[in-house]
Amino acid sequence: MAQSATHQTSTSNGQAKTATFRVFRGDAQGGQVQDYQVPVESGMVVLDAMHYIQGFQSPDLAVRWNCKAAKCGSCSAEVNGKPSLMCKTRLDHLDLSQPIMVQPLKTFPLIRDLVTDVSWNYEVNKTIQPFTPPDENAKDWRYFQNDVDRPQEFRKCIECFLCQDVCHVLRNHNQKDQFYGPRWMIRLASLEMHPMDRADRIPFIKEKAGIGLCNITKCCTEVCPEEIRITDNAIIPLKERVVDRYYDPMMWFLRKLGFIR
Amino acid sequence: MSVTYETHTHDVLVIGAGGAGLRAAIEVSAQGLSVGLVCKSLLGKAHTVMAEGGAAAALGNVDPQDGWQTHFKDTMKGGKFMNNWRMAELHAKQAPDRINELQQWGAVFDRTKDGKISQRAFGGHTYKRLAHVGDRTGLEMIRTLQDKGVHSGIDVYMECTVSQLLKDGDGRVNGAFGYWRESGRFVVFNAKAVILATGGTGKAWKITSNSWEYTGDGQTLAYDAGADLLDMEFIQFHPTGMVWPPGVRGILVTEGVRGEGGILRNKDGKRFMFDYLPPETKHTFAETEEECERWVKATLANEQTDARRPPELSTRDNVAKAIYYEVQAGRGSPHGGVFLDISYQDADRIKRKLPSMYHQFKELADVDITKQPMEVGPTMHYTMGGIRVNPETQMTAVPGLFAAGECAAGLHGANRLGGNSLSDLVVFGRLAGLGAVEFAKSVEGTPKADEAQVKAAAQELLAPFERTGEGPYEVHRDLQEVMQHKVGIMRTEEDLQKALVELDAIEQRVAKVSVEGSIQFNPGWHLAQDLKNMIVVSKAVAKCALERRESRGGHTRVDFPNYDEKLANVNALIRKGEDGSMQYRTEATPEMPPELKKLFEEEKK
Ligand SMILES: Cc1cc2nc3c(=O)[nH]c(=O)nc-3n(C[C@H](O)[C@H](O)[C@H](O)COP(=O)(O)OP(=O)(O)OC[C@H]3O[C@@H](n4cnc5c(N)ncnc54)[C@H](O)[C@@H]3O)c2cc1C
Ligand code: SF4
Ligand code: SF4
Ligand code: FES
Repeated sequence: MAQSATHQTSTSNGQAKTATFRVFRGDAQGGQVQDYQVPVESGMVVLDAMHYIQGFQSPDLAVRWNCKAAKCGSCSAEVNGKPSLMCKTRLDHLDLSQPIMVQPLKTFPLIRDLVTDVSWNYEVNKTIQPFTPPDENAKDWRYFQNDVDRPQEFRKCIECFLCQDVCHVLRNHNQKDQFYGPRWMIRLASLEMHPMDRADRIPFIKEKAGIGLCNITKCCTEVCPEEIRITDNAIIPLKERVVDRYYDPMMWFLRKLGFIR
Repeated sequence: MSVTYETHTHDVLVIGAGGAGLRAAIEVSAQGLSVGLVCKSLLGKAHTVMAEGGAAAALGNVDPQDGWQTHFKDTMKGGKFMNNWRMAELHAKQAPDRINELQQWGAVFDRTKDGKISQRAFGGHTYKRLAHVGDRTGLEMIRTLQDKGVHSGIDVYMECTVSQLLKDGDGRVNGAFGYWRESGRFVVFNAKAVILATGGTGKAWKITSNSWEYTGDGQTLAYDAGADLLDMEFIQFHPTGMVWPPGVRGILVTEGVRGEGGILRNKDGKRFMFDYLPPETKHTFAETEEECERWVKATLANEQTDARRPPELSTRDNVAKAIYYEVQAGRGSPHGGVFLDISYQDADRIKRKLPSMYHQFKELADVDITKQPMEVGPTMHYTMGGIRVNPETQMTAVPGLFAAGECAAGLHGANRLGGNSLSDLVVFGRLAGLGAVEFAKSVEGTPKADEAQVKAAAQELLAPFERTGEGPYEVHRDLQEVMQHKVGIMRTEEDLQKALVELDAIEQRVAKVSVEGSIQFNPGWHLAQDLKNMIVVSKAVAKCALERRESRGGHTRVDFPNYDEKLANVNALIRKGEDGSMQYRTEATPEMPPELKKLFEEEKK
């Protein structure tokens, strides 16, 4: 995309319309918010404003972005305190009479300005047993659309980590050593519910991934830009599987054989 | 100045972690060699993640008549026979295996009624050929490769930019120099072979579907190392980008919309694509609205039909030019595009088959595509030209240097068919991996970077901090203006001449750009580096466009609107001369063997 809006629009009385962006500037050593005046055009998103600041005021403002179309999950930040994708947050939907606060994700260590260190997530992913098919060389697999509607929902995840940012187990209690967080719960669910997968991750989900720590507040589901129903469709069913396994082995057995889902 | 840096040593270094780079790295690892994978963004954010419509492979799941021969012919015809026939052949033959392989690695493609991988129609493909997952096929592919990759023992260096390739005394590539974006610290990679998989170059244009990463890095690294750039004039302007609101201008509207039956109309409601079909392909498209309707009905029901596909499914170059002409003639939409309409179909199905288009328009443009048409217009999308490679091994003219994916050239010729890129990545990513492994095995001893080269690369990177003057963003804006208006979708001798003069001036400015702030995650500094690459690629495109005095595929000369038979079998090549100047030469396209030629003759009967 072009580097955002470069021309000022005029209101009916000829005055350029501007908005104030209160952007966090700083690094791990500390920092402060700084105000920027940005000309506003219809249809602009917060990321356009950040690009305007880079292009005309502070070329060193650190921001991550790639697709500008809510597809890559790079531009996560907290806009007016709400974890959001900057490329999807329209200025028309914000109260421009007040300064707009733009801050980095709080749950992850700060690198600089709006960029945080999300590497923990990549480390967690490595510990999850990957897709395990019956036979890697088999040709012409058959399975049906309704077998995969659910895993496909989870596979829409763009790894924006907004759910990880908002989950209080990670955000307020910093229990990253005990709980994998919603992003990895849906990854686990997408594998567990894949019709061709043969691995058993239930003990892992209980012990290592710490599913017990989730108390179903659904904050994660609320912020997911992909509208994945993380809690209802992934976490609760996984919790049920854990319960079946540890308290009702018969149910687990029937599920494994495919009699119930 | 003494330079401090960290060092990593691998048998093979892969630069770029999109589909091509990941697939290459997986192959190197599978062959038992150690591999490092570098990328500018976080892992999983490369362009491949944005691909929407699907990956082309003649699986024959929906249209059983399909086969590699038809895919091969479609690709050559789409590319106006400027393609390297051998690459087109390998691609058509191997794509089905690569798609099946992705499925076996965990990719969950949409299904047909009988449980196979579903396939959809796309421009220029005779049959329904695109394996897809709603309109997020690229996400599915990159996630599958990423998850496969992290369990394959690949060392990933993310948010790390390579700024220079390193060579040994014999002219072989033996590593790369770069910096961590986060800290600005330097890093040296030693390797016996290097694979470039850095993608395209769209950020040189103003209206583009491409991200900040697409600055022609691989092409420039290869050019500086002595490799050839092939057919750089062939730039794909995708017909359907968003045109409004201004902040989203250029963002892609997937061809999947037309594949699912989307109709293009001008402001008078006229379905104009009927008028723009080239005579040689006209007979393969529906003649009436009624025939289009029958085709759409059968497609929605997943059934066979004798109806031919709608004219909207002509190749991208034709559709983009048609839209351009309609707008020029004053028949465009309010914001300077045309209308693309799918709202006549069932709303739930649209939301299921095109979910991200639904959300993209709803959230960014306040348009409900199940109720209203979209406004669309051309956007710079893909670079067909790029690094010349050997079709079997993917090696460039520089020993030890390989290339695959969008940064390499040859498969697509003058115009890429939609869906052929995603399959390109996995087919040629794998072949590049194999090629690099074979080469690395022949190299004796441990590669070691030359200190003088490292020092020079470090000095060049830091230079902008020592200068005072213009910032990189201003220069970038001016570069984009030149490329958009003078090396855009319609080109003339006069514009191209002017562009070359202006690009020279911009090159001078690039060399003097200054940046402020620290070396820690500093986008201004990063852009200063990227500009050096964009200017090389921009000059190469303008030069080739000036020399090709005809119109073919993605290259349109207003002053030479027709094919020129003399240029029909001529590839353009760009190489860096001894004196550092950009050298242009031409070469005959490789001749197709008789058995492949026969495929086209049989058709004529
Ligand atoms: C919006 C959109 C939709 C598309 N839809 C389709 C579709 O439906 N079907 C289809 O077939 N094609 C589609 N395409 C085209 C296709 O997605 C791309 O051509 C393809 O993904 C390119 O893959 P790649 O592996 O070559 O490069 P990329 O996926 O772009 O990866 C490039 C990698 O190189 C890295 N890199 C670049 N420079 C450097 C450097 N200097 N140092 C280190 N790393 C570097 C980047 O960080 C990145 O990891 C689409 C493209 C776009 C933009
Ligand atoms: S529902 Fe569970 S995972 Fe989601 S935010 Fe609440 S505690 Fe975290
Ligand atoms: S589940 Fe949703 S919120 Fe969480 S990382 Fe994925 S897309 Fe983002
Ligand atoms: S830039 Fe890709 S999600 Fe915002």
